[in-house]
Amino acid sequence: MRWPNEGLTRVPYEVYSDRSVYEREQTAIFRGQTWSFLCLEAEIHNPGDYKTTRLGDTPVIVARAADGAIHAFENRCAHRGALLCFNSCGNSRNFTCVYHSWSYDLKGNLTGVAFRNGVDGKGGMPADFKLRDHGPRKLKVATFSGLVFGSYSPDTPPLEEYLGAEIAARIRRVLNRPIKVLGYSSQILPNNWKLYAENVKDSYHASLLHLFFTTFRINRLSQPGGVIVSESGAHHATYSKMRDDHKPTEYETGNIRSNREGYRLADPSMLMGRDEFGDGITLQILTVFPSFVLQQIQNSLVVRQILPNSTDETELNWTYFGFADDTEEMTLLRQKQANLVGPGGYVSMEDGVVGGLIQRAIAGANGDSSVVEMGGSDAVSQDTRATETAVRGFWKAYRDYMGL
Amino acid sequence: MDPQIQFMQLQFTIERLISDYVHCIDDDRLEEWPGFFADPCVYKITSAENYERGLPIGVFFANSRGMLQDRVTALREANIYEPQRYRHLVSSTRILEQTDSTVRVESNFMVARIMQTGATMLFATGRYLDRIALDRIATDEPRPLFVEKIVVCDSRRIDTLLAIPL
Repeated sequence: MRWPNEGLTRVPYEVYSDRSVYEREQTAIFRGQTWSFLCLEAEIHNPGDYKTTRLGDTPVIVARAADGAIHAFENRCAHRGALLCFNSCGNSRNFTCVYHSWSYDLKGNLTGVAFRNGVDGKGGMPADFKLRDHGPRKLKVATFSGLVFGSYSPDTPPLEEYLGAEIAARIRRVLNRPIKVLGYSSQILPNNWKLYAENVKDSYHASLLHLFFTTFRINRLSQPGGVIVSESGAHHATYSKMRDDHKPTEYETGNIRSNREGYRLADPSMLMGRDEFGDGITLQILTVFPSFVLQQIQNSLVVRQILPNSTDETELNWTYFGFADDTEEMTLLRQKQANLVGPGGYVSMEDGVVGGLIQRAIAGANGDSSVVEMGGSDAVSQDTRATETAVRGFWKAYRDYMGL
Repeated sequence: MDPQIQFMQLQFTIERLISDYVHCIDDDRLEEWPGFFADPCVYKITSAENYERGLPIGVFFANSRGMLQDRVTALREANIYEPQRYRHLVSSTRILEQTDSTVRVESNFMVARIMQTGATMLFATGRYLDRIALDRIATDEPRPLFVEKIVVCDSRRIDTLLAIPL
């Protein structure tokens, strides 16, 4: 595949459907020099707590060892390759493969082989078999503000350096104290994972596709806000503030479909948000390349994990959270505002649709490209959200990792 | 009245209520849907995993009839999704507990989703955990109301999106 001459402003459709591109992403991106979100520290709070997840295609176990350190390793027995653990989470002192009872500690070290010395002096492993020579591949692990990331490559830069100062500050802004998980949901998207990754970085579509926002005046491009793109282009944060004054804008004067006045909520309690971070920012969507999203929409706080299933299917995991010191009233508010997001969310359900619309439409479109020119042709921070700068940032980083 | 007959009458009334509820959704008469609930009420769609772990946030939550009306308004006027219909099958409805004012009921459900293209899939399976107000059962009101309806989906996975209520 050859990238179009226009560079960052074009995306060849083949990248969403080509199996060899998908395979290469697994090695060059997911198992390359990137950090992938694994879980929240709050989910594995105690020694022995573990969670099973995936890094790209590959199943992994994240566990907290007796000394409190977090370890991650492939969820695959070193013997015959069976899953070591098929529970989604739990607490354990070790992991024992069900097939032949090979056992591992919480750090992923092989600690026991059943019938290693045989039975009645017969059979058994060769005398030179060493436990330490066998075991699942271990990942590099780093945490930041309660987020646990894993990386395959020893050459991946330290996590905070990878994020950069601006993105790190935007994560700290939200994750400023201990959190608690409030719930989970999972959405199967009928499209390539990159179509969702781009969608999250696309601040241009927000008020055009998501009519709930504009119908109930939660968010408009004319509100003060902007997009921060990290130097590599890889990560981004978009933010906006609610504006109270109301003067005619593009929405009123232009012929834009999403200008629909006249609808008011019968029960507006959902929108009675609080400025809990004290800066008036009512929306902040942040991504860490390749597959992590941190979302603050009013008081709805979520981490999303994008997991590729195949070229044309993606699993999107939503973990809703609040703070450990939330009052019951605050939890109720977060519960109501969670209606905005997730698989059935007022402002996010369309994101489940558009990826599939593209995936279906690009069948037979190999050789053609999409156009990403809103807000120029580079991938830098801008003080407007009528831009595709963060989408171009994604492709800048993507092409660097993929060598395209 | 014979307690056995009284019980059968209650079971019959509840099953008729649940039948009316699912036909309302499947017939796309969503504007009537909030009318099945008391005000205030609780309506929630969640997964078995969240429910069993006591985690409050799932797919949708409302604690007033107004919030249910807002869902319908949003689906009709704001949200974009491909045309689709549901077909509910409800079975094994059983009364769990009866107090002076409410009755707690559990039913199994399966919902098929039919897209405009004709593509049909098993979209959700699970349980309805209902609390139904008894006051209107005893009177000549048209039908009893749900005080609480927790839709506990067996799986946490939702295909593409969930627009129409379950």
